[in-house]
Amino acid sequence: MYVELKNITKTFQDYKASDNVSFGIEKGKLIGLLGPSGSGKTTILRMIAGLEQPDSGDIFINGERVNDIPASKRGIGFVFQSYALFRYMDVFDNIAFGLEIQKKNKKEIKDRVLELIKLIGLEGLEHRYPNQLSGGQRQRVAFARALAPNPQLLLLDEPFAAIDAKVRQELRSWLKEMISRVGITSIFVTHDQDEAIEVADEIIITNQGRVDQMGSPLEIYKKPGTPFVAQFIGQSSIVEDYSSLVGFDKVESMNQAIIRPEFIRIAKRGELKQYLSAAEEGVVESIAFRGNNLEVKVQVNGQNFTATRSLEKESIQVGEEVDVLIYRLYVFDEDRTYLLENKAMKDDNPVFI
Amino acid sequence: MSIKQDSVDLKKGAKITKTVLITVSLLFVIIMLVIPMLILIVYAFKDGFTKYIEAITDTYTIKALRLTIIATITAVAINTFFGLFAAWAVTKFYFKGKQLLLTLIDIPFAVSPVIAGLIFILTFGRIGWAHGFLEAHDIQIVFAVPGVIIATIFVTFPFISREIIPVLNAQGKDEEEAAALMGASGFRIFRKITLPHMKWALLYGIVLCSARAMGEFGAVSVLSGHLRGKTNTLPLHVEIIYNEFKLSAAFAVSSILVVLAVIILILRNIVEYKAKKGGR
Repeated sequence: MYVELKNITKTFQDYKASDNVSFGIEKGKLIGLLGPSGSGKTTILRMIAGLEQPDSGDIFINGERVNDIPASKRGIGFVFQSYALFRYMDVFDNIAFGLEIQKKNKKEIKDRVLELIKLIGLEGLEHRYPNQLSGGQRQRVAFARALAPNPQLLLLDEPFAAIDAKVRQELRSWLKEMISRVGITSIFVTHDQDEAIEVADEIIITNQGRVDQMGSPLEIYKKPGTPFVAQFIGQSSIVEDYSSLVGFDKVESMNQAIIRPEFIRIAKRGELKQYLSAAEEGVVESIAFRGNNLEVKVQVNGQNFTATRSLEKESIQVGEEVDVLIYRLYVFDEDRTYLLENKAMKDDNPVFI
Repeated sequence: MSIKQDSVDLKKGAKITKTVLITVSLLFVIIMLVIPMLILIVYAFKDGFTKYIEAITDTYTIKALRLTIIATITAVAINTFFGLFAAWAVTKFYFKGKQLLLTLIDIPFAVSPVIAGLIFILTFGRIGWAHGFLEAHDIQIVFAVPGVIIATIFVTFPFISREIIPVLNAQGKDEEEAAALMGASGFRIFRKITLPHMKWALLYGIVLCSARAMGEFGAVSVLSGHLRGKTNTLPLHVEIIYNEFKLSAAFAVSSILVVLAVIILILRNIVEYKAKKGGR
């Protein structure tokens, strides 16, 4: 493990920011720390950087315990949420700052800075001041500044939060590509699950100061480890009484279930050629246009479900009676989740009409 | 129709308000400032130009001017130094008693200068607790130049830190943290990041502090002992010659202070203008 946290706790007055946090990160990986606001993700990042001290527990970087090493000696690049560019220095001086501290000679500094400016695609803007740059350009400068002294670890605090939606999309893929090109181990904090899923190699999900789950985006999506993760990832909604649905038997001690739109198929009467016996009957409550598909709310035996339907398919109307096929759902109790497949679909298989 | 009428009335109302406001402000400034200043100039030259030159080149006047400038420069230098430290401490660090420190910094604004002077008499004077120590080491503060300087420092202490604190507060700590993470030393962070940011506020504070230091009367009056040619600053000197009924001489010397004030005002405007331009 390149970066390792062991039993870290940190309390601010009566607020527990980190509650026995442990995880390890392999060299070269791009990690997303994902969680709702106040879940302690930024605190974890700041402790790794050395900007905060943990109350107890150990932090290792490259096998060395760094708890007592000051932030400036840890060799970490940090990109602040606000970018914190030095506003009275131009782009060149901003990027050169860390190199000047390392007492590199003038030519070396110049070469490295120009190389980085080229890397971030801001050639010709090296004498602009931060307030003369757009949000996206500032972010790129902050990235280059953090990389300039050749850190072994790059930390990014909500790197896209201050950028408008369209540029953000562009910057996400840009950052992912840059990091893989430079090959630096990186951890970024975000509260946006799309961002984490799209950018990160691995995601660590934090909740109330604890790490709930760590894994690849696909793993987390497919096998949520805790009820919190199951609800937090995807467009999840809760099903109060899942055992009344066709094909789902009650599991001991698990009273509630979570369902995502992609687990449900809504079909016009007669559209469903298979699994008819595994489907429920429902009534369309509302339909909303979501850009590339329709979001359809249906009512089945007094319970509401949200699903999507392709625009290519024959249109349906509010109040229409439809077949609702539920493929699977997650059932959970206090601390476990369990994937439940629609049993009736399996039974149905041999009786293909 | 009626709507149009209303808007005309509104415009008319606004115009009346504007005229009244401008007239009142102008009259006030003319009566309270311009006329007295003109009278001062007129009186200064009443006995002729040669008398004026005589008055302002008088040995005691020159000495008083010198002391005023020395006291001002020393007070401003010391206050700049401590003002910077205090402002830095309260804006960039969290510590117990921070609010108390902020309140203490403001005390000279609240306390009458005469009382400030008396405080130092009670501390360093013949009846003061520090008198024995000062006597033993042959240091003279009360009724001497150091007393004048101390009084000036006390009265002008808050100006500089008060100007810088809001600016530093608005900036936040991110840039400093970013620099510290890259291994910059505290001094380098101050020089490269904090100082450029508060440059204009600092200069503005220095200008205000100088203006106040030159004109200080109350505290200095108590501590100086009015020794002509030794501990008299310009404001004290003006009072003395005025009490000797040398009216035109008193006004002539006052005009020096006015000229200094005007110079400082011009400096202030330059700093304000540059700060606006520089404060992107």
